[in-house]
Amino acid sequence: MSAHDIDHSLDSFGDTSASATRVTPGNALRPEDIAIQQTAPGEDVAQYALRLGDDALILAQRLSTWISRGPELEEDIALGNIALDQLGHARSFLSYAALAWDKTEDDLAYFREEEEFTALHIVQQPNGHFGTTIARQLIVSIFQHLLYTRLLDSSDETIAAICAKAVKEVDYHRDHAIQWTLRLGLGTEESAAKMRHALEILWPYVAEMFKDEPLYDALGDAGVRPSTLRAAWDEEITAVLSDAGLEIPKTGSAMSFGRQGEPSEYMGFILAEMQVLARKHPGASW
Amino acid sequence: MAAQNESGGNLSAVLSPEEQAGKDRFDAIIAEDSRIEPRDWMPEAYRKSLTRQISQHAHSEIIGMQPEANWITRAPSLKRKAILMAKVQDEAGHGLYLYSAAETLGTPRDVLNEQLLSGRAKYSSIFNYPARSWADMGAIGWLVDGAAIANQVPLCRASYGPYGRAMVRVCKEESFHQRQGFEILLELAQGTEAQKKMAQDAINRFYAPALMMFGPPDGDSPNSKQSMEWRVKRFSNDELRQRFVGMIAEQVKVLGLTLPDPGLHFDEESGKWIHKELDWEELTEVISGNGPVNSQRLERRREAHAEGAWVREAAAAYAAKMARKTEVA
Repeated sequence: MSAHDIDHSLDSFGDTSASATRVTPGNALRPEDIAIQQTAPGEDVAQYALRLGDDALILAQRLSTWISRGPELEEDIALGNIALDQLGHARSFLSYAALAWDKTEDDLAYFREEEEFTALHIVQQPNGHFGTTIARQLIVSIFQHLLYTRLLDSSDETIAAICAKAVKEVDYHRDHAIQWTLRLGLGTEESAAKMRHALEILWPYVAEMFKDEPLYDALGDAGVRPSTLRAAWDEEITAVLSDAGLEIPKTGSAMSFGRQGEPSEYMGFILAEMQVLARKHPGASW
Repeated sequence: MAAQNESGGNLSAVLSPEEQAGKDRFDAIIAEDSRIEPRDWMPEAYRKSLTRQISQHAHSEIIGMQPEANWITRAPSLKRKAILMAKVQDEAGHGLYLYSAAETLGTPRDVLNEQLLSGRAKYSSIFNYPARSWADMGAIGWLVDGAAIANQVPLCRASYGPYGRAMVRVCKEESFHQRQGFEILLELAQGTEAQKKMAQDAINRFYAPALMMFGPPDGDSPNSKQSMEWRVKRFSNDELRQRFVGMIAEQVKVLGLTLPDPGLHFDEESGKWIHKELDWEELTEVISGNGPVNSQRLERRREAHAEGAWVREAAAAYAAKMARKTEVA
């Protein structure tokens, strides 16, 4: 290879199509497209998009810390990929919500206070060990899969379009969580015990996912009442846990009100880390 | 050196007829600049040298995830966070292809991993420098991935087939990585005074270590000659360093920033870039484990490996159970 050839190869410096993780053209609605769209949502739909966006954002933030710390290289990639998908969903939902208030996705992610976030407590829970993360993924991904599937019929076109992309990705997250639940539940005594413990400590935060709030009265067909997802969720998770030799924990439900602006104790730490640089340089562009 | 004895004439007298035929074929493939494949006969020294080089390269990708993973949770915009996550994930992917390429030479991944964790295997010295500021994400992309590309593009034609093919894909993704690094710096350079300062500081810290990524000067690089004869390496350390420094000397102007090398210039007479003297003692120190964060990088890998042991055991036990079930059925 001549020196000229090296030069030529370096010309591809500037090639945006070279990433393995690139967005394929025409495949999906991108957050950037949503941010410049002409129709802003009404206040209720914006509040709804904010909730869906906050859940995905905080889950992405949690999952991303597995990158370079997974039990196998393959899991660094898998969990990183799931985090990246969740971040993508968060960006779309938040970009859409932001239109209603003349803000941007970054204003919402970086310049809101703890009590302005609406994320469910389940996504705020720490990663713990790998089994805790898998249990959290199982609980959340089955929920998101049911929810986004129903939202394909949302009367709000943007919400439906975001979910059309998200549902395919969440289906894979669900499969990943199920496969690992089986391996850990049926693997060794130690792994089964760790899974049982993980489910016990997370179960108190399950009920909050299915709580209806007055917002849903106003949303009409744009949203889905979470209480209507419970039966299908119970059925699906019971079947998975049973296949994995595990049981639904007998723990009760925590008094958690993430949707009403009462975050967990963890939220302050999550935001301190996530927002630190952006807040040090307000108004800066990156 | 053993490498020269085996590929040279000294041992050929004791080769069996089959081995001699294999060696003749190997020599012919190298001479016509074609590809050696995993099932082909190859000299032990070639196998050993390639295993070392490919696994070091894989280790570098894996350790190299750490300085950037360090900034994922703090990335200052959601778009930057997404790009950085995708990049670090690409690196894990590169590590995987490279371990697979190394495995085709006969050493399993867990053995290679053990060599990394025990500190016996080396990886690129650059990852033993800390990533302290957000601008370091830019400098690492532009300078470190840039130097990696200059090194790796010629490796796409390395004589060992699986390595060359892995490098083709790696290089494509690296060019995206370099671009995103340059973009980060460009944005900072056009930003506030504080951002501009952050960008210049990162370039100041990464410039010399990036130039040292090409290895010691040609006169002090003992493995290079053999590697060139085997058509693994195509250009000398100094030749590659020249190409790279010439490229960044131009690109830094677009940023409106400077390289910390005021005397850097192109000498018309010799046709070479003259850069500052590099501190080769520092490189030796970093390679032998005394860089700013060597200890931290290895310990993070060891921790992740140890904490994941029960997960790998469970996965293996589950696979064994499923296999027995299939047998019974």
